[in-house]
Amino acid sequence: MNAFWTLVKRDLLLALREGGATGTALGFYLIVIALMPLGLGPDMQLLARIAPGMLWVGLLLAALLSLGRMFDTDQDEGVLDVLAMGPLPLELVAAAKAVAHWISTCVPLAILSPLLGLMLNLDLAAYPVLIGTVLAGSPAISFLGGIGAALTLRSRRGGLLIALLVLPLYIPTLIFGIAAISAVVTPPGSLEASLLLLSAVTIASLAIGPIAAAAALRAQLG
Amino acid sequence: MQTLTQRLANPTRFMELSQWLLPWLSGLAALLLAYGLYLTFFVAPPDYQQGETVKIMFIHVPAAWLAMMGYMVIAVSSFGLLVFRHPLADVSAKAAAPIGAAFTLLALVTGALWGKPMWGAYWVWDARLTSVLILFFLYLGLMALRSALDEDPALAGKLTAVLGLVGVAVLPVIRFSVDWWNTLHQPASVLRVGGPAIHSSILVPLLVMAAGFTLMFFALHLKAMRNEILRRRVRSLTMAEVERAARLEARTAE
Repeated sequence: MNAFWTLVKRDLLLALREGGATGTALGFYLIVIALMPLGLGPDMQLLARIAPGMLWVGLLLAALLSLGRMFDTDQDEGVLDVLAMGPLPLELVAAAKAVAHWISTCVPLAILSPLLGLMLNLDLAAYPVLIGTVLAGSPAISFLGGIGAALTLRSRRGGLLIALLVLPLYIPTLIFGIAAISAVVTPPGSLEASLLLLSAVTIASLAIGPIAAAAALRAQLG
Repeated sequence: MQTLTQRLANPTRFMELSQWLLPWLSGLAALLLAYGLYLTFFVAPPDYQQGETVKIMFIHVPAAWLAMMGYMVIAVSSFGLLVFRHPLADVSAKAAAPIGAAFTLLALVTGALWGKPMWGAYWVWDARLTSVLILFFLYLGLMALRSALDEDPALAGKLTAVLGLVGVAVLPVIRFSVDWWNTLHQPASVLRVGGPAIHSSILVPLLVMAAGFTLMFFALHLKAMRNEILRRRVRSLTMAEVERAARLEARTAE
């Protein structure tokens, strides 16, 4: 476990010192959400109604941006080969990468989302739920995204391919995340049921993600 | 004693068997489809509410079934490749993807054409439609991943198999999540507890069409697998020829 946390810490430190990835994701999220009212018109009522969906979709796309880097730089620098030979099983390497991606990308996005909710006239009562659902649902983004990043490690047009491979897998997270917020903004709807299902999806992706990503990495390293 | 799958691991034996099987399969498929289409257009009565548009169902429902079966073929093949390293598994997975995608597209298009007179719109964001659309995206993802790695077919096969198995794990989740989200499409009415809810005048043509479609799927799949095996042989022959020519050139240069 020590090696696991060391790897997480290294990735976080790299993300912090290199900068870039997190800032780009945050900036992208901000601009996507800012574009929506421009396209839809400044009808506050309408914006309040569609805010949960837009916040979640924007967040998915923003988190998608930095997925490609999850293994890429390590592959180029040969770090991945070293990690594969090290004591940590590749499954845990993949898990550590996903955890680092979650902390460095999804958590900042979650913290930014209330501010964007404010811009979209989201009901104040929905804010705790918004942050809660994003935190509960976004590990699935990182762990399922890890599969996409591992699968496209050696392909030439990786960036576009990741979106095609991974976005369909995000649909349950998206649906339950939005359903939970909508339950608060526009009752009827069960907040508890959606939140539990959202967590179930996250837990399932925690189980599937590292195994599939490690299988993909092993095929390419071996 | 070898099992059939073990015996088929030898591509030459597979080629022999499939060559014998293919005409029978395609012939039977053609016969069943012809009979099914005859039943559809001349025997099955128009629906009292839907009129003649109900005939779209005889194409739509089998196509939707095969869309799912195609993915199951890919899943089983992926499992066979990753776990047993069966040499034909990758060929089978590769061959099944475009066929499954075609049936999925067929189900979507016929559904849209049926939806316009019935629901008043070509496309509605209903659970069933959305989950089939996602299935279509998964097929596209499998094919895109394979084509992105075309310089290393063995690696492409393995990675596509990983994605195929992930898709199997995630598809039911997607299916259920979308189901709870919104629904307009009618629930299953043929395969359900308590027997089919369709009158036999419509059920019989439907089942004939479904059998014909299924046989057609396997005929196409077998043909595509044979083509893929031949393509691989041609590739390896070309490589061998190039190597031989290079060696010859090196010798004459000395």
